[in-house]
Amino acid sequence: MKSIGMKSIGASIAVNGALVLLALLALAPLAWMLSVSFMAPGEAAAFPPPLLPRQPSLANYVQLFARDQMGRYLLNSLMLATAVTLASLLFNLAAGYAFAKLRFRGRDALFQALLGALVIPGQVAMMPLFLLMKSLGLVNTYAGVVLPALASIFGVFLVRQYARSIPDELLEAARIDGAGEARIFFVIVLPLLRPIIATLAILTFLASWNDFMWPLIVLSDQDYQTLPVALASLSREHVMDNELMMAGAVVTVLPVLALFLALQRHYLQGLMLGGVKG
Amino acid sequence: MKIERAAWGFVTPALVVIGLFFVLPVVSALLLSFTDFDLYALADRKNLRFVGFGNYVEVLQTTLFWKALGNTLYFVGVGVPLSMLLSLGAALLLDSRLARWKGFFRTALFAPVVTTVVAVAVVFRYLFHTRYGLVNYGLVWLGFDPIDWLGDAHWSMPTIILFAAWKNFGYNMIILLAGLQAIPADLYEAARIDGANTWQRLRHITLPLLAPTLLVVSIITVAGYFQLFAEPYVMTRGGPLQSTFSVLFYMYEEGFKWWNLGRASAIAFLLFALILVATLLMLRLSRRWNAA
Repeated sequence: MKSIGMKSIGASIAVNGALVLLALLALAPLAWMLSVSFMAPGEAAAFPPPLLPRQPSLANYVQLFARDQMGRYLLNSLMLATAVTLASLLFNLAAGYAFAKLRFRGRDALFQALLGALVIPGQVAMMPLFLLMKSLGLVNTYAGVVLPALASIFGVFLVRQYARSIPDELLEAARIDGAGEARIFFVIVLPLLRPIIATLAILTFLASWNDFMWPLIVLSDQDYQTLPVALASLSREHVMDNELMMAGAVVTVLPVLALFLALQRHYLQGLMLGGVKG
Repeated sequence: MKIERAAWGFVTPALVVIGLFFVLPVVSALLLSFTDFDLYALADRKNLRFVGFGNYVEVLQTTLFWKALGNTLYFVGVGVPLSMLLSLGAALLLDSRLARWKGFFRTALFAPVVTTVVAVAVVFRYLFHTRYGLVNYGLVWLGFDPIDWLGDAHWSMPTIILFAAWKNFGYNMIILLAGLQAIPADLYEAARIDGANTWQRLRHITLPLLAPTLLVVSIITVAGYFQLFAEPYVMTRGGPLQSTFSVLFYMYEEGFKWWNLGRASAIAFLLFALILVATLLMLRLSRRWNAA
C-alpha cells in the first residue's frame, strides 16, 4: 500500500508540474508584454533583458494615444466589432432557428449546400469582394468591413445545432393560441436561445476584433483602421521601439482577453458545440 | 402556407448576405482567375482579356510560387503535428484525475487562443530578438550560442512554427478534452482490473476512442495552417530570403500590392485545391487505418 501511495504522489507531482510548466509557457509572453509596456523608452533594449521596469511609467501609452492615434484605432475596433456582433446575431439567429424548427421546401438541401461551402477558404472571395466594394464605393468605409460579416455560415450552423432542442409542442401551442411566427420567434424562441446568444456574441466579437487580412485590404486609410491593422503598420515604423510596441500589443489584446475571462464559460461551450458535435 | 412564408422571411436576410458577399465572390473569383485582370483593367474594364488557364500555368512556372508552397508545406507539416501533440498532451494532463486547479489551468492554457495574432506576433518578434530577446538570454544562460531566430533563413520558419503552436494549441486542447471526458470511466476501471498500465490504457482505450475527434481536429487544423499569413506579415515580412513567404502571402502581394487580381485569384484556387487534397488524403489515410 505504501509504495502505491508514494507512486501516486510522484505521478501527481509529475502531472501538476507539467501543467504548471505549460501554464508558465502560455502566460509568460503575455506577462512580459505587460511588464515591458511600462518601461522607459530604450530600457528593454539591454542584455540581460530586464524582467520588470525600473520605474513603471505610462509614457508609452501616453505616446500611443497622444501621437499615434491609438484612441482612434481603439474606437474603430470597438465600433466595428460591436456593430458586426449585434447585426450578425439577428441574421444568424433568425436563419439558424428557421433551419432547425421551421419546415420549408428545399430546407435540407439548402443547409447541406451551406455546410459544403464551409470548406472554401474565405480568402478565395477576397479579390472579387474588393472589386465589389470598390464599385459600391465602400472601400475605406466601416460598411466595407461590416457588410460581409453580417451573416456567417458558422453562426447559422451553431444556432441551428442549439435550436433543435426546442420542443415542437411549445411552438405548436403558441400557434394554436394564435401567435404569429415573428411573435413566436421574439417572445418564445429568443429567450430559450439565450445561452447560444451569449456564446455566438462573444465568438463573433472576438473573431471580428482579431480579424486581420480583410480589414488590411479594405481599410488602407489610417482613419478607418482597426487595432490589428494599425499595430502591424506601427510595428514596421517603430521596429526599434520595443516598449512602445508592447504597449500597443497590450491595448490590442487586453480588451479581448478581459472579455474572454469574464465570459469564458459561454466561449468554451461554443467551441464544444461547434467543434465536437459538428 | 404561413409557416413556409415565415421561414423564408427568417432565412432570406442571412442567405442574401452570404450569397452576395461570399458565394457570388467565390464564383466570380473562379471567372477572374481565367482573366488577366490587372491595374489596367482596374482603371478600365475594356483592358480585360480572357486567358483561359494562362494564370495557372504562369503561376506554376514561377519559382516564387514553389518557394511559397514549400514554405507553407513546411509550416503545415511540422506545425500541425507539433500543435496537435501539445494539444493532446495538455488535454490528457487536464483530464487526469491527479490534476488540480483544473479550471485555472484550462483558462491559462487557453488564453493565447483569444489574443490577437498581430499583437502577440509583435511580442514574439521581441521575445526572439537576437540581441535583447528573452529566449536567447535563456539559451546563453544554459551555455548555448545565441540564435539569430528571425534573421537566419534556417531558423525563421521554426520560430514562426513555435509561435503558431503557442498561439493555437489551446483551441484543440479544449475540443480534445471534451472528447476525453466523453469516454466512459468504467472502461478504464475494467482495464485497470485487468492489469493494464497507464500506457496500455492510453494506447488501447483512450486513443482509439478519441480517434474520430482527432481526425476532425486535424483536418480543421491543417486547413487553418495552410492559410498562413499574418504571422510572417508581422514577424518577418516573408523573409529573410523569402524563407517565410507563404502561398497566401503570395496571393496578397499579387492581388493587393501589384493589383494582378486575376493571377491572385488563380493562386487562391490553387490553395483551395491544396487544402481539399490534403483533407481527402487524411480521410483516406484514416479509413485505411481503421480497416487495418
